[in-house]
Amino acid sequence: MKEKHTIRMKVVNTVGVMARITGLISQRGYNIDNIIASPSEDPNIYTVHLVLTETEEKIEQISKQLNKLVDVIKVTDISHNKNYIVREFIMVKISSNKNRSDLLQLIELFEAKMLDLAAHYLVVSMTGSPRKIRRFLEAVHPFGIMELDRSGEFAVKDV
Amino acid sequence: MKGSDIILEALKKEGVSTIFGYPGGVVIPLFDALYHDRELRVILNRHEQAAVHAADGFARSTGKVGVALVTSGPGATNTITGIATAKLDSVPIVVISGQVKNDFIGTDGFQEVDMSGLTRPVCKHSYLVSDIRDLGRVFKEAFYIAQSGRPGPVSIDIPTDVITASMRNYQYPDKVELPGYKPTIAGNPRQIKKLAHEIQNAEKPLFYTGGGIVASGAEKELLEIVELTNIPFVSTLMGLGSAPADHPLFLGMPGMHGRYAANHAMMQCDLLIAVGARFDDRVTGDISRFAPNALIAHIDIDPAEIGKNVHTEIPVVGDAKHVLSSLKLLLKHRESNGWCKAVLKWKEETPLAYRQKENEVSAPQYVIESISRLADEDAVIATDVGQHQMFAALYYKHRKPRSFLSSGGLGTMGFGLPAAMGAAVANPEKQIIAICGDGGFQMNIQELTTCALNNIPVKAAVLNNEYLGMVRQWQDIFWNKHYSKVCLRQRSDCPPNCKGPNSQCPEKYFPDFVKVAEANGVKGLRAETKEQVESVLKESFAHPGPVVMEFLVRKEENVYPMVPAGKAIDEILMGDERVLI
Repeated sequence: MKEKHTIRMKVVNTVGVMARITGLISQRGYNIDNIIASPSEDPNIYTVHLVLTETEEKIEQISKQLNKLVDVIKVTDISHNKNYIVREFIMVKISSNKNRSDLLQLIELFEAKMLDLAAHYLVVSMTGSPRKIRRFLEAVHPFGIMELDRSGEFAVKDV
Repeated sequence: MKGSDIILEALKKEGVSTIFGYPGGVVIPLFDALYHDRELRVILNRHEQAAVHAADGFARSTGKVGVALVTSGPGATNTITGIATAKLDSVPIVVISGQVKNDFIGTDGFQEVDMSGLTRPVCKHSYLVSDIRDLGRVFKEAFYIAQSGRPGPVSIDIPTDVITASMRNYQYPDKVELPGYKPTIAGNPRQIKKLAHEIQNAEKPLFYTGGGIVASGAEKELLEIVELTNIPFVSTLMGLGSAPADHPLFLGMPGMHGRYAANHAMMQCDLLIAVGARFDDRVTGDISRFAPNALIAHIDIDPAEIGKNVHTEIPVVGDAKHVLSSLKLLLKHRESNGWCKAVLKWKEETPLAYRQKENEVSAPQYVIESISRLADEDAVIATDVGQHQMFAALYYKHRKPRSFLSSGGLGTMGFGLPAAMGAAVANPEKQIIAICGDGGFQMNIQELTTCALNNIPVKAAVLNNEYLGMVRQWQDIFWNKHYSKVCLRQRSDCPPNCKGPNSQCPEKYFPDFVKVAEANGVKGLRAETKEQVESVLKESFAHPGPVVMEFLVRKEENVYPMVPAGKAIDEILMGDERVLI
């Protein structure tokens, strides 16, 4: 069964390392849901978060292939691991033409942050677990999502 | 110290004696340094693809890293087939290419191509060295990566201004620091113990060995184990030579053109122990029906190979030689049981067979058998790809490891002659024979000149059936003899729907290989009938320089046994088109 997996990698910060990672994934015929790369506590080491929707076996194979890349130090599939805190950041522009007060209430309830308030729309940002983000987007969907930008998921080890 | 001197010193420190190469604009400064150098031998090939295949043949025949040196742009792109060939067969080579100046990178400059990008999917690792301070480290890492773990090709792309730059206080590093690259050598002791236990208890065990045995030099350990336990074994194309072909427990090569006993043993075993083999589709046939009753154990240095194609119960990540020596310590003598006797009986009952009449054109199998009979004990043979390759795999009596060089994974036509050249340069004391078809031979035929000028005594046997025989065979069996563009004799005025040789066939076939050989300064010989085969071989082997031997062979001979694509490997066509199940 295909499921969403979040893969967290530690990689050496070299020219072309992202090209190697994305190239390998497309070369093996997989599709990336989202990918984030950013420096870790050590500026020579980057953390890459990669989300793929695939079966358990394929994820295992792709993790092994990624591990083989010379610049990749460690690959962890954290999807079913309780020891990780997973978060995503979103910015969303929502139409406020109807039931504006209901919308404001929802924003407060979800602890989203108001960034801009215009006559016909508002812009909010929110940080949360994948589940919270999903629930929020479901809730505001009927108002009309005009634009949505997501960071993609990233995670930190808790224990 | 100049960049060019750093490069030459690095090569010497890594034990390189020979480079196969081709110059060009951006690498002139490097070739200038080579002009003054008296230690490194540079062989000027006539095409960059051949230079890489030659480096590959050098590496396959010795286990050392082969080196090719080319210029930017087309020089670099011409190496891609060679690099991919080495990648698919895990061969350690380093390919050095020049690049346009750092300032010009990204401007579509003359002869600029993104070499590290082009090679990324086909090599083990690739470098673009934009700073002279990285040169030494990159060479150290490249040679280490190429030959450690699962070997493979490494590409180093060097802008010309890095070659001409200078730096002070340079020292070649004596170790590598690669936090992301740590090959596992010793297998997990618990898994090895579990495997030993299964081996001791299995009713129908079988060893399935591949190129990993040759790469790790585990031939001795393998034979010790099979002889101790009386377990029969099969070897893939890449593993041929790791055991003598006449070993009593050896069932031959399995797969699409595998031996009956090897394929049936694979399908019926209850414990399949793969060692340095990767369950390639040419071996397994229909994977969903492969080895249905077997518990599968897989020893491989590359963890990504384990579980890739088949479900593996006992995974052992590690070097074959290392793991087999640990495994042997845990094994006890096993008597030859009913299973072992049965599979050896299958082997005895299904010998390879072909038709050959006197005073007629040779069967290709006869040519291979004759080469096998007359060649030196330690001769090295290199093949191209196609029917002759399968005949060489099946009919040649493989005796020693690193003596059968063949493009197994990528299936690269044009590999044979240049790979044989590389092997000949690396092993001047050995007899080197290229076995090619008339199609593949023409793909790197320009290297005859290189052989002649550098006195590289390759004996090239061209099995000429005037067809691209393997494709023709598929068209013959599965495509109702629609011989579409496989006849190398076909002219523009031939009838469009030809179904084979007939009285209207054009008289002449080009090229005349004997004349081609002579035009290139190489001795040319031809055998038109079976009777001439032996004398041509003897004359060729007695000649000190390179030779082209053209053997006219039966045009529509097919390779059997054959498992049609998509079938289970026990659904074998044995030659009379009868399916044996």
